[in-house]
Amino acid sequence: MNDTKIKITNLHKAFGKKIVLDGVNLELQKGESLVVIGGSGTGKSVLIKCIQGLLTPDEGSIKIDGQETIGADKKQQEQLHGKMGMLFQGGALFDSLSVWENVAFGLLENQKMPRKQAKDEAIKVLRQVGLGADVADLYPSELSGGMQKRVSLARAVATKPEIIFFDEPTTGLDPIMADVINDLIIDSAKRLGATALTITHDMASARKIADRIAMLYKGKIIWQGTVKELETTDNAYVKQFINGSSQGPIQVEI
Amino acid sequence: MATKIELFLRALGKPLVKFIMRLGELTIFIARSIYNCLTPPFYFKLMGRQFMDIGFYSLPVVGLTTIFAGMVIALQSYTGFARFGAESGVASVVLISVTRELAPALSGLMVAGRIGAAMAAEIGTMRVTEQIDALVTLSTNPFKYLVAPRIIAGIIVLPILVLIGDVIGIFGGYVVCVYKLGFNPANYINSTLQNLESLDIVTGVVKAAVFGFIITLMGCYNGYRSRGGAQGVGEATTNAVVSASILILVFNYIITELFFAK
Repeated sequence: MNDTKIKITNLHKAFGKKIVLDGVNLELQKGESLVVIGGSGTGKSVLIKCIQGLLTPDEGSIKIDGQETIGADKKQQEQLHGKMGMLFQGGALFDSLSVWENVAFGLLENQKMPRKQAKDEAIKVLRQVGLGADVADLYPSELSGGMQKRVSLARAVATKPEIIFFDEPTTGLDPIMADVINDLIIDSAKRLGATALTITHDMASARKIADRIAMLYKGKIIWQGTVKELETTDNAYVKQFINGSSQGPIQVEI
Repeated sequence: MATKIELFLRALGKPLVKFIMRLGELTIFIARSIYNCLTPPFYFKLMGRQFMDIGFYSLPVVGLTTIFAGMVIALQSYTGFARFGAESGVASVVLISVTRELAPALSGLMVAGRIGAAMAAEIGTMRVTEQIDALVTLSTNPFKYLVAPRIIAGIIVLPILVLIGDVIGIFGGYVVCVYKLGFNPANYINSTLQNLESLDIVTGVVKAAVFGFIITLMGCYNGYRSRGGAQGVGEATTNAVVSASILILVFNYIITELFFAK
């Protein structure tokens, strides 16, 4: 009971007339890795942004460690952000800062760590994601896409968060690099004992990193279960999605 | 029949509602900006970088603008005054027009083009590449980290730029009068100093501080709210420059009226 890390109840969010989240219920246990799958534009990103407080939901409740986050004051929100790390889809590295300053951003700005110590710490984290000390002084624009993802991952885990969000971690990478990133995600989540919430439509990635998978469709969670249950489910929507077929109950709106 | 009126009202009301929404959005943005400018933590390092960007690197632009403005005013007022044999008035006309109007307004417009655009583009790119979201997730307030250092730097730096522009502009007038129109250098300097009034300088400086606020605010606001990739950033850049330029001209008049009406 006390092991629930995130509890989302009846979450609603609409932009104008467009309903994006229509009553999402989801629960994450401590240390668990949950992957939310769903087609493009089904509100996966909106879901993550609501949990992080980047968007304010219209209705519903999000509890982290039993504490309500919606309507939390500034101080509480900053405290919550201290518990979270996020790997953004495009990396979202600060391009005016060098690689190590990016990785150490949270340490420098919030924990007020001295620069020298922060740099050592950043290099240590960079090594964990397979990057050498020689990239530390480069700028993000000098790195390849795969390396940028690694740096972004390093930044997300550098503050030792309790919850890590992964927004389409493998999008835009070749299959081998994608698998490397998958391994790194599993690895870093394990090392920190963190709760991980990933959104993706890459099924290979989902199968690999998930303890549990949930499918978001039309603003609702229509199915959830373990990876094993995913293969044997007779839910027509899930079947169509994981087989990547254009025929089935899910109609693509063009 | 009712539908026609309805359609007409709708066409009228939609932009109006949009306009009022934008106005409200801007007001909230201004309030948040000012609040975050006045409360710690302050990012002095970032502020220093903005001092360099807005101030130091704008010096050539401001210098060139004001020197030619001073020169042209000297030439124009000379041709006017010569008709009445009142050439001695040129020095004071140059002084007053440069310090009150030309240095602040032209510097403001030039810096708006240079800095307003750059700010909107930088912050806009940070918005569309989720860097601003990343700041939030790293428990850093983007208003404190991005907006406040720029606005504070703008308010402090623009007056300094304008003071430098005053000197350069008056020097431009001096050059034309002495080397082209054959004025006596000592007389020219004397009559400039005699006519020097602190109010002229103060108005210029007050204007500059207001313009500094307008330029940085418009750059940050338009960048911050930009959406939808490269096109959105381009739009933000244009809006930042256009809105800052118009507001500068409007407030230029308002401040002049406040100081010199009656």
